[in-house]
Amino acid sequence: MLEVAGLSKAFGGLKAVDEASLKVDAGEIVGLIGPNGAGKTTLFAAIAGFHRPDAGRIAFGGHDITGLPPHKICAAGMVRTFQITQPFAKITVRENIMVGAYLATADRRAAAAKAEAVAAQVGMTDQLDQNGADLTVAGRKRLELARALATGPRLLLLDEVMAGLNPTEISEIVAIIKSIRQSGVTILLIEHVMQAVTSLAERVYVLNQGRMIAEGTPASIAENPLVVEAYLGHGAAQVLRA
Amino acid sequence: MSTRVQILLVIGFAAAVIYPWLVPNYLITVGMLMFFSAFIGQAWNVSGGFAGQTSFGHAVFFGTGAYTSTILQVTHGWNPWLSWAAAMAMGALVGCLIAMLAFRAGLRGSYFALITLAFAEVFRILANSVGFTRGGLGMLIKADARPENLQFRDPVWPYYLAFALCLISLFIAWRLTRSRFGARLIAIRENEDAARALGIDVFAEKVKVLTLSGAMCAAGGTFYAQKYLYVDPTIAFGIDKSVEMLLVTMVGGAGTIFGPLIGAIALTGINEITRWAAGVIPALKNVQPLSLIVYGIMLMLIVARLPDGLMSLFARKARRNA
Repeated sequence: MLEVAGLSKAFGGLKAVDEASLKVDAGEIVGLIGPNGAGKTTLFAAIAGFHRPDAGRIAFGGHDITGLPPHKICAAGMVRTFQITQPFAKITVRENIMVGAYLATADRRAAAAKAEAVAAQVGMTDQLDQNGADLTVAGRKRLELARALATGPRLLLLDEVMAGLNPTEISEIVAIIKSIRQSGVTILLIEHVMQAVTSLAERVYVLNQGRMIAEGTPASIAENPLVVEAYLGHGAAQVLRA
Repeated sequence: MSTRVQILLVIGFAAAVIYPWLVPNYLITVGMLMFFSAFIGQAWNVSGGFAGQTSFGHAVFFGTGAYTSTILQVTHGWNPWLSWAAAMAMGALVGCLIAMLAFRAGLRGSYFALITLAFAEVFRILANSVGFTRGGLGMLIKADARPENLQFRDPVWPYYLAFALCLISLFIAWRLTRSRFGARLIAIRENEDAARALGIDVFAEKVKVLTLSGAMCAAGGTFYAQKYLYVDPTIAFGIDKSVEMLLVTMVGGAGTIFGPLIGAIALTGINEITRWAAGVIPALKNVQPLSLIVYGIMLMLIVARLPDGLMSLFARKARRNA
């Protein structure tokens, strides 16, 4: 479904992403992990059209989408969320989600109905009439997810939707992500919460200093000495292997 | 909309309709100018309030409208009503072009505000120097008060015309709050990156809204020129009109349907009260114009205490009652 080949992106002298490649098949949940500053978010932004890559190709659903603007990529069925949540602060949750729903329909009632359905899916029904600015961290993360989902994507790029959440909130959002996959949406996610990655992802890519250093099942990644050295540390690796 | 608001709207509408039959001519013109302010304020609000593209130079569209209709009438003998339509088309075109230039260059926030100011100044200087605008002398429209000439002997008619323009602009704003286009504009105002991620072509939507705003402002320009039968570069493209549009909207509440109208009512009220005060209180006689001082104080208070304008007072009250 998504194929990234040899993608590079530099800012000035800094190579944020250096010939990174990855592949996501339809129906999968794929994880992208790596230490802070590894270039994960830059890679996401480049895939979603926010940065024009310096080199490399991005194909989505068999079509070359390299260099397309974000709104075209979104219309093609791939949508990203933001690690630093970007709610539309002064409008309600319902109106926030409707902005996403308007991608597929110009009809206000249809968009509102879609927004309510999506809100139910992510457990935000009670917050529909709150303003974006009044949400808690967990609420904002869900709103990111809901808005993206409302556009009716085939592939969701989730950037750290669990960062800053407590364990209860994490297990709730893990369940939501599973249900989204059940509904037929493919997911690529950046995550630091390793337990969540292992329980969700079939395959994991590891990015370090802009380069892909490993790929495989969560268990095999935990065995990989490169990954243990660069990112996991020996303690976390042991937990994952167990 | 609650029943109380609906009743208030009906009363307001009825009051506006019978008002000119109850007051002297001078106050009819005051009412006309108030609705005119509300109209051009709404023209600004569409792009500056809903879409959040603050502009300091909307006079560029106002003046384009005033000059287009005046030149077509005076120089080319067009019918004024037809010239009015042409003026709106020209305002739309200028809005579209300025938006394409500014947004293609990626100008946001205060940079966009400054570039609009620069455009208004360039247009003012051009109008001062090129031949077909008759330069700084300005252009006079021949007085011939007949409805088909868009000129009226009785001040009641310009009053109703301004009222009608204001109603149309309120309808446009109301439609915006209930349409996909409007939802996208608000999304762009609130967060441009998130809007892009959700499939909004930010550039195209901004160009569209500035085209709409330009056409509305230009309609205001023609109305003004027809009322005073005169236009010159400073009236058309000067900072005064840009400030008037921005001021009524900020005072009333940017990005709300009734903000510009509320702002226009408040500022017109202040203007009349200060004028009256300067007449009766000897100490104020030489403080001229007093209204500008009060405007300034009011703007400071609004920005500091009520950043969402007078409309937020109503919203707050409604929330407390709920």
